[in-house]
Amino acid sequence: MVLPLTNGVSALGELAKAIRQSVVRSLARAGSGHLGGSMSSADILTTLYFSVMRHDPANPSWTGRDRFILSIGHIAPVLYATLAEAGYFPKDELLSLRKMGSRLQGHPGRDHGLPGLELSAGSLGQGLSVATGMAIAAKMDRLDSRIYCLCGDGELQEGSVWEAAMAAAHHQLNNLVAVIDRNGVQIDGSTETVMGLEPLKKKWEAFGWDTLECDGHDFRSLMSSFQKTNVEQTRPSVIIAKTKMGKGIKSIEGDYRWHGKAPSMEQAEAFILEIAR
Amino acid sequence: MDYSQFSNRGNKATKTGFGEGLLEAGKKYPEVVAIGADITASVGVDLFASAFPGRFISLGIAEQNCMGVSAGLALMGKIPVFATYGVFSALRTTDQVRISLCYNNLHVIIGGAHSGVSVGPDGATHQALEDIAVMRVMPNMTVLSPCDATQARLAVIAAIEQCKGPVYVRYGREAMPDFTSPEMGFEAGKAQIFREGSDAAIIATGHMTWEALQAAIELEKEGIHARVLNIHTIKPLDEPAVINAARECGAIVTAEEHQVAGGLGSAISEVISKNYPVPIEFVGMHDSFGESGPPLELMKKFGLNAEAIVQKTRKVFLRKPG
Repeated sequence: MVLPLTNGVSALGELAKAIRQSVVRSLARAGSGHLGGSMSSADILTTLYFSVMRHDPANPSWTGRDRFILSIGHIAPVLYATLAEAGYFPKDELLSLRKMGSRLQGHPGRDHGLPGLELSAGSLGQGLSVATGMAIAAKMDRLDSRIYCLCGDGELQEGSVWEAAMAAAHHQLNNLVAVIDRNGVQIDGSTETVMGLEPLKKKWEAFGWDTLECDGHDFRSLMSSFQKTNVEQTRPSVIIAKTKMGKGIKSIEGDYRWHGKAPSMEQAEAFILEIAR
Repeated sequence: MDYSQFSNRGNKATKTGFGEGLLEAGKKYPEVVAIGADITASVGVDLFASAFPGRFISLGIAEQNCMGVSAGLALMGKIPVFATYGVFSALRTTDQVRISLCYNNLHVIIGGAHSGVSVGPDGATHQALEDIAVMRVMPNMTVLSPCDATQARLAVIAAIEQCKGPVYVRYGREAMPDFTSPEMGFEAGKAQIFREGSDAAIIATGHMTWEALQAAIELEKEGIHARVLNIHTIKPLDEPAVINAARECGAIVTAEEHQVAGGLGSAISEVISKNYPVPIEFVGMHDSFGESGPPLELMKKFGLNAEAIVQKTRKVFLRKPG
């Protein structure tokens, strides 16, 4: 059965809390992994999987589904937590993250057979190309599926992203929506210090994309942006979602040192309580 | 095997054979689509593009994106064929090949055109000499290297019909002897004995197989009966055929228009050193770039012809113990 969608802000808020708690729990158990970006993307994934995309957790390979491509494989924990929350696999399995033999690889690996996972990814700058290919194929086959692709902001420093951006606009892929998790932070520091991305909106506009900006932690703002995508029938859409790295945990918000770090068990307990509030 | 069947019916580029095979596959399989990176005619894809404009996707000079788009197409059930010069399809896009294609194990046919120094006047930048080495180390990848235009046509179809996952098909630009017959078929993963012999085995791939046959004729005059093995599938390698050649001939010469390091020479060495060590000599590029010049003169200069194979075979024959 196709997952029933909601536009209830409080329902989405509760789902996002549960997803964030799962992320913290699984990372603490794994002892390594990427907390910062998982938290900044949590509300985007919640909105997509529970309010926007047509998908069926009981039938992950349903041809008519919308596809979600995670280009930034390192935030796999939040994708896994969202898939589990949607019912693709038991939430208990989240505790196997990064362990030997787990279906929850450190970066997504389809070869391990995790239901709902569309792409093995982790080398940056490749996801938007794959999503572009999927959108081209959907158009060829007159499938009305939409393809959603989540990119990181630091990832936009990869030239191949812009090759894909050029191609998607050239081929008028109005069935493709890219979302940028604009948390402003990468491993070495702020994106604007490491390698400036601004003016980011103008860049996407210049590449021929219908470009939207939103608050990536406000469900109304996110939902309204997704509703506006592809209204112009000849352009792909991009949503630049302004977010905070580590969102939901005050003590780590915006701190680039939490890009690739897992909490200790003690920290995790405190974080989980904070998220619940 | 009747050796007389190997006469040159006329020179024809393997690129032409690749293009003909792709057109044929396109007619047979509606899910076959092709991607263009600006040099469509130059890599033999123009036939398909004209016949199936709705299944040809132009993506411009952006090979990394072409590879990722291929992965996306394959995930949606298409069989994408992305051909460009081997220096780009194997080397510029190596990371996309590794993650988007191989790690996802997607059935995409990658064409590697302009292989070897026989590319000629374009020079070193455009002569793919490292592509086999890079492609054959990728998990899930199949590597095909047909020996003439007829076999190149069969190779494309075999890649689509017989192989799973990503397949690299290597081919050349220059018109070269077209000598195999379509009736010989193409069984991916099987070496072909093109000439019987037991004094030495010449194991060749691509354009060098014709050279190996010419070398065997010369060696025959000296009383050296050389077996000629055509390796159209570098990976998975037909290990039993290679081990038999080592056991029955006692000496091996490999011949390829590619770096010996990482190429066919390495692949054969890996098999015989483990299973049946015998003396081996290598005809191929030895850690150098190519350069501009007429194709055949370049092949002569870099020791990639029948004469070079004859010399190496004499040498390895003398190295045989006893």
